[in-house]
Amino acid sequence: MALLALDNVTKAFGGLVAVKELTFELDAGGIAAMIGPNGAGKSTVFNLITGIYAPSSGSIDFDGRSLRGLRTNRIAARGIARTFQNIRLFAFMSALDNVMTGRHARMGASMFDSLLHTPRQRAEERRVRERARELLKFVDLERAGASYARNLPYGSQRRLEIARALASDPKLLLLDEPAAGMNPREKDELIALIGRIRDSGVTVFLIEHDMNLVMNVSERVTVLDHGEKIAEGSPDAVRRDERVIEAYLGRADGAA
Amino acid sequence: MDVFFQQIVNGLSLGGIYALIALGYTMVYGIIELINFAHGDVYTLGTFFSLAILTGLGVSGEMHGLPLVGVVLVTLIAAMLLCGLTGVLIERLAYRRLRNAPRLAPLITAIGMSFILENVMQLWHGPSPISFPEVIPNPAWALGGVEVSAKQIAVIGLAIVMMAALQLFIYKTKMGKAMRATAQDRDAAQLMGIDINTTIAVTFLIGSALAGAAGFVSGVYYGTTWFFNGFEAGLKAFTAAVLGGIGNVAGAMLGGFLIGLIEAIATQYIPGGAQWTNVVVFSVLVLVLIFRPSGLLGESLPEKV
Amino acid sequence: MTRRHAALGFLGLALVVYPFVDRNNSHVDFLANAGAFILLALGLNIVVGFAGLLDLGYAAFFAIGSYSYAMLASQQFGIHVPFWLMLLIAPVVAALFGLLLGAPTLRLRGDYLAIVTLGFGEIVPQTFLNLSQYTNGPNGISSLDQPSLFGHAFGFSATPYYYVLLGLIALGILAARNLQNSRLGRAWMAIREDELAARHMGINTTATKLAAFALGASFSGLAGVVYAAKLDLVSPDEFGFNVSVLVLSMLVLGGMGNIWGVIVGSFVLSFINSFLLPQSTSLAHAAGFVNVDFTNYRFMLYGVILVTMMLFRPEGLIPSRQRAAEFHEAILDPALAAQEQSEYEGVAR
Repeated sequence: MALLALDNVTKAFGGLVAVKELTFELDAGGIAAMIGPNGAGKSTVFNLITGIYAPSSGSIDFDGRSLRGLRTNRIAARGIARTFQNIRLFAFMSALDNVMTGRHARMGASMFDSLLHTPRQRAEERRVRERARELLKFVDLERAGASYARNLPYGSQRRLEIARALASDPKLLLLDEPAAGMNPREKDELIALIGRIRDSGVTVFLIEHDMNLVMNVSERVTVLDHGEKIAEGSPDAVRRDERVIEAYLGRADGAA
Repeated sequence: MDVFFQQIVNGLSLGGIYALIALGYTMVYGIIELINFAHGDVYTLGTFFSLAILTGLGVSGEMHGLPLVGVVLVTLIAAMLLCGLTGVLIERLAYRRLRNAPRLAPLITAIGMSFILENVMQLWHGPSPISFPEVIPNPAWALGGVEVSAKQIAVIGLAIVMMAALQLFIYKTKMGKAMRATAQDRDAAQLMGIDINTTIAVTFLIGSALAGAAGFVSGVYYGTTWFFNGFEAGLKAFTAAVLGGIGNVAGAMLGGFLIGLIEAIATQYIPGGAQWTNVVVFSVLVLVLIFRPSGLLGESLPEKV
Repeated sequence: MTRRHAALGFLGLALVVYPFVDRNNSHVDFLANAGAFILLALGLNIVVGFAGLLDLGYAAFFAIGSYSYAMLASQQFGIHVPFWLMLLIAPVVAALFGLLLGAPTLRLRGDYLAIVTLGFGEIVPQTFLNLSQYTNGPNGISSLDQPSLFGHAFGFSATPYYYVLLGLIALGILAARNLQNSRLGRAWMAIREDELAARHMGINTTATKLAAFALGASFSGLAGVVYAAKLDLVSPDEFGFNVSVLVLSMLVLGGMGNIWGVIVGSFVLSFINSFLLPQSTSLAHAAGFVNVDFTNYRFMLYGVILVTMMLFRPEGLIPSRQRAAEFHEAILDPALAAQEQSEYEGVAR
């Protein structure tokens, strides 16, 4: 059974149709990518999945259950985590606190636990702090724990955002242009990191402009143009697809 | 029924004053997204300035004919100018530096400005209500069972004239266009060569001048004022601006008149009326903000992520 | 034990023995009143400093706490709930009102929330004023029950109240510190920094803000009980907008988000208000300037504090590290501020 299934999803803003009758499925356990020219509606798809927008029509199922009507925080608790195209860390919280905050949905401390620092709460805090340290190490940021997120170099901020997303033990990780603004060395590290995340059992779904990266890491590619799916398949098949070539070469802002 | 129509007339006169104040809130919010807390106090300052000018002119009672017209015009224009300049000064000293600060900062500053102005006025005329000379003769006419006074006609008339002039300014002049552009998108407006600082200053100038006009009118209408007048009037006018759709000039006028009507009718028909009017008006504010935050005439903005 | 702990211990000890050393009841009285405001400031700090929600009607919860005591522990209805029990009941009542106000309004963007809370802050005392059959209207309720401990009535000395407040403040500091370093505290910070991203962490932003409102209100309710009992009277004019702004000024002066900053800020303002201004007025009178009254400049003082601090030191005298960074980054870096602004607007959902 598919982990994520979009069935005939349409999203219109007033008269503008950003996503049109989109249907696709994502199986558990791999790395999939969605590509498309600027303005193709990729980010809108992420926003639909995470509940920022409600679909105008169609349905989205995750892990066998509908996401209809769920707020973003509930969807996150179901096991979908994400990063943002324009990094949205908690800028003036430490890297460690950022990751610990990412664990929020999996923590049990109530308001009274927080107020009274009950033994239960303290044990949980210790566990979560430990787990957050592990995650920082996982993304090669073990020494950045005390810095404000805002003071980290750009590439580190991208990785910190991934660590924060992973803190909730998601089933599905959505990466919104994770390589944007990275230099070639950082991109290589990112590719390795994405592979490690897949190996840890998390399904990865990414939006990317960088064709090289997409073709390198993903096992399956969906191509979007003007809000519609125009191709789908293995990277090689997609690369040869005529409609894809036309969509990219047919306009000035083509592939990066 | 006569009682009802009487309250309509009373409500419209109150509403004219609220509408004039609401314009300043809505213009400033439209352009820099700041609830200018001090605006209500600029309105009271308008009454204080008017009083000072009348005293300076040696006017203490009713006037007639040409001298009346002259005195009214001089006082009105001077009060508007002085208030307008006060508004510009406040923007320059207190708000401009904080234009890009976290949103809490300018809001807190505006509350501080409001307290400073109130205290200045308290030191100026003391903590008790002061009387305002009855400059305008006030005959009343009976229309059926409803009594309409000259003052009421003057208040409503002046409010409508000011609003018409403002609409003309906003839609027919270059500066008006710059204001609208800046309100839409400050960065884009700047790129188009619009001087943002001047445009914002002019917005404060006009908004505060209208509050000054409202201050004069309220002095004449009520015959009394005190340093704390602007707090409540300001809140009601802000409610009017929100009700009409904040940032929307026509909405502020509509909202102003509606709040005036709501207040007058609540006073009449709710048992123990007068003491509950504030509660009623604030409840309107809360309900509008919860159920229709874009107000009656405002458009809801599309979301962006 | 660190030096910090030692310093705190010493401060605590000094405060405990103070009434034995200084036998001037008016000094202890002043400290007790200042204590009530410190409690208020600690509560408002949870709302404004931790969660970043501007509450301009905070005095309403103070009023609710005071009136709860006045109605449930006096001849007014012949109900006599013990003072100590009221210290448990009133914060709950105030918190419930916090929920009542917060539930419909916390979805509003920051500045609208400020206005709605201001409106609420006006409605509450007005309601106490208007419902005169229950509250005696403008006269207020007087002759409240005197607290007693082990059969000893508090009497009209300020000292017992001083100790009650000292204890409550200590608990308040502990509670605030605990909250700050907890799941809830991180969620508040996250919401303040980026509400949309916070939602993606699984944070229920509405419930989290409500928790701030309710907890903040409960501090205020608690302060209300002690203040009412100490004053032996409540009346509707003690809880106006100026009280809300006074407490806000304490936060701004001391440093929003920093527990010690907030305490220092409220102590300094209380000192100026009840000591410096009246004292300097009497001095001026003694020196022959009979027409001056510095207490008339009180509101000017709050206004000047708010404006100058926001312009020149928005993080307060004793800043929280995080808040200082937020304010200065934003002021120095308009591009970042503009980005945050547009993101903030994008959050409206």
